Amino acid sequence: MNDEIKIIWLKFFNWVMGNGPRPENEIIPPELPPDLPFTRTPDKKHSRFHEITISERLIQWLSLHGLHVFANFYNILSIIVCLLIIALMLMTVADLPPFGDFHNPANNEVVERYIKAGARETGAENIVAGMILDYRAFDTFGESAVLFTGAITVLMILGTSVKKDKSELKRLHLKTHSGFEDRNFLAFAPSLHIYRDDDAILRGVASLSIPVIIIMGCVVIISGHLTPGGGFSGGAILSTALILCANAYGFIKVHEFFSERTFIVSSSSALSIYALAKGYSFLTGANHINSGIPIGTIGDIFSAGLILPLNICVGIVVAGTLYGFYALFSEGEI
Amino acid sequence: MIIIEYMLLTFLIVCALSVSISKNLLNSVIIFMSYSLIMAVIWVLLRSPDLAITEAAVGAGVTSVLFFIALRRLAQMREHFRKETNQEIE
Repeated sequence: MNDEIKIIWLKFFNWVMGNGPRPENEIIPPELPPDLPFTRTPDKKHSRFHEITISERLIQWLSLHGLHVFANFYNILSIIVCLLIIALMLMTVADLPPFGDFHNPANNEVVERYIKAGARETGAENIVAGMILDYRAFDTFGESAVLFTGAITVLMILGTSVKKDKSELKRLHLKTHSGFEDRNFLAFAPSLHIYRDDDAILRGVASLSIPVIIIMGCVVIISGHLTPGGGFSGGAILSTALILCANAYGFIKVHEFFSERTFIVSSSSALSIYALAKGYSFLTGANHINSGIPIGTIGDIFSAGLILPLNICVGIVVAGTLYGFYALFSEGEI
Repeated sequence: MIIIEYMLLTFLIVCALSVSISKNLLNSVIIFMSYSLIMAVIWVLLRSPDLAITEAAVGAGVTSVLFFIALRRLAQMREHFRKETNQEIE
């Protein structure tokens, strides 16, 4: 009695799991052809295939020549669209007021105010720096935040998927620098961005030019309120120095002083300092309170109130972000 | 001075056209770099050195480097595909 129940249970279990013999009483329905519809008689078209209707002829012709026709049509259409857009743009340009005319709408009292009172109010000798970091500082904050958000998004999407084993990379790096040349590794090396020591020209040029580029970038950032330049351009120059370093000496060298953690910490703290400093001056300025930030003598390095620290913050964010883009796109991680 | 300006503008138009006409993508990127450099000189002539510095650093420097990486990635992908399927893709 017990054994029978056991056998039945085993059969049932196998049947449920789908890996055993089916129960004997199961009927497998034979596959019937689908029923023909009552209302329509089957068309006799295929019995005499030399009589082809026009629509079928069209479909055949399209399957043979359709792609070619579409390519030609596409070319013609794109040329027409381009010409239309060019005509529209040229019409708009013709409607614009003449370049540099005194009565242009851009030459209003705002420009006059900036030129006449800009140096006195912001303390910046460079009017553009006074504009973008004092009068229009909110816009610059938005730009930096957009750059940082873009870098973080790219880091989230690209960064996690292609994580490499750091210890493996370090081992390979040591191997190349100890002079031991593994053929398998060298075939693999370009994708890992580790270069051999014989790239003497690039390294020589890099060792000469990287300090110059870094000093140039720092000068452009620090004297942004005195001379042309500022945080964004100086940050871009600094990031080119980082990219050159990564290309000449490998990403491992850059990792030693600029890792993913450094990037995130420096960028977010720079953005927070920017937001706090500018928020303070917005708060005091909107309520007509004296903010207590000294403007200093115009023309000194330490002058122009908040513009110098703001320039440095923007420079840090831009340098880190542009290098981060490069590292993410070429390596998969910062 | 006006002659130099017109020459630069002509170069600019020639560069902009040849970027789109050139068949080789690497050539296109290099021509685009020269376009950015000419644009930087024109910014200086238009008395906006701020924009000139930014254009030279971003347009000629960082953007071209990013384009080069993209081209390298494309070449790698093409090579990988060729190895996988022994086929040529356009």
